[in-house]
Amino acid sequence: MKTVKVSVVTPDGPVYDSEVEMISTKAQSGELGILPGHIPMVAPLKIGAVRLKKGGQTEYLAVSGGFLEVRPDVVTILAQSAETTEDIDMARAQAAKARAEQRLQNKQDNIDAKRAELALQRAINRITVAERKF
Amino acid sequence: MASLRDIKSRITSTKKSSQITKAMQMVSASKWNRAEGNAKRFVPYMDKIQEVVASIAAASTSVKHPMLVSRPVKKTGYLVITSDRGLAGAYNSSILRHVFQTIKNRHKSPDEYAIIAIGRVGRDFFVNRKINVELEVVGLPDQPSFTDINDLARSAVGLFQQGAYDELYMYYNHYVSAIQQDVTEKKLLPLTDIQPSGKMASYEFEPSSEEILEVLLPQYAESLIYGALLDGKASEHAARMTAMKNATDNAAELINNLSLQYNRARQAAITQEITEIVGGAAALE
Repeated sequence: MKTVKVSVVTPDGPVYDSEVEMISTKAQSGELGILPGHIPMVAPLKIGAVRLKKGGQTEYLAVSGGFLEVRPDVVTILAQSAETTEDIDMARAQAAKARAEQRLQNKQDNIDAKRAELALQRAINRITVAERKF
Repeated sequence: MASLRDIKSRITSTKKSSQITKAMQMVSASKWNRAEGNAKRFVPYMDKIQEVVASIAAASTSVKHPMLVSRPVKKTGYLVITSDRGLAGAYNSSILRHVFQTIKNRHKSPDEYAIIAIGRVGRDFFVNRKINVELEVVGLPDQPSFTDINDLARSAVGLFQQGAYDELYMYYNHYVSAIQQDVTEKKLLPLTDIQPSGKMASYEFEPSSEEILEVLLPQYAESLIYGALLDGKASEHAARMTAMKNATDNAAELINNLSLQYNRARQAAITQEITEIVGGAAALE
């Protein structure tokens, strides 16, 4: 089966580098599936999971603040943070989720609420990605 | 001439200081190693984001994003990266002197500029001189991750977008080698120096190039700040390592000189004693 190279890079270093058969993820304009030989494209990603299909198996990555750059032979995901299921710190994500919910409940001004909202999304994303494995 | 006991106590105290500086040198050496690694790991991300920004900016020349446009400068922002602690040789002083001179030459009234300080030494320097520090981050870890600086980077870019300042310069020590770090001035915003890369892929933009720039450009500017911070951290540890190495070497030299002095003084004392005994014996005959 044809494959496409995927590399996920973050400011803290490369996270993932491998050949896969299909990438599916959520871009800001909607769900997106990429197969080998896709036309060159750039799209911003939502805070969410990236699913990488490879030999009948699926790997998950939790990505936030990301971009997808597609070329016919290589797909690059540039993200402010990205973690594979093994790398997710569950305790930290749970704590972040609780903290963000707390902030949202007694919100004072809009900027804080917005930030807490984003933090909550990131935490929930990490938790769902981590749990899909089990 | 100093007494034997004085010299002896100076030797012991110098030895103790040199033990400390030696330990600090080794700690910095290991931190420097890791900081250099961090800076290297960041390179692929930076290269990639630069490539994408360049190709989008080149592919859509009609797009005018506020972060790409130079506007009349009423107020200038200076982002200054220093360390939290001293004992790093000229690391902080050279950068602060440079920024201070630049500000003095460029501006007449304090309303024309604002400082964003990363690092305690820089923050204190500007606060002591009653210079307006708009944003500050102190107590960053030795190996900062992107999340540590994310808030500051976002606010720094945000302030530019809101018009709090019309250009933003960044000052940090660029890491060249273990013994050389150069004070660097970099114009961060507006992003005017985006070079179109040679090989151009004509991208499809999803949903549109404007909207992508909207997200991509702030992220790009934030990454530039983070890159400068990593560069600065590598320089800091290298500078501290060199400073501590010099201190250890100086201490060794000092101990050498003092031991020589000590031995001379000891010998002089013995010689004198013998002369006295011989003199005393001669007087008895």
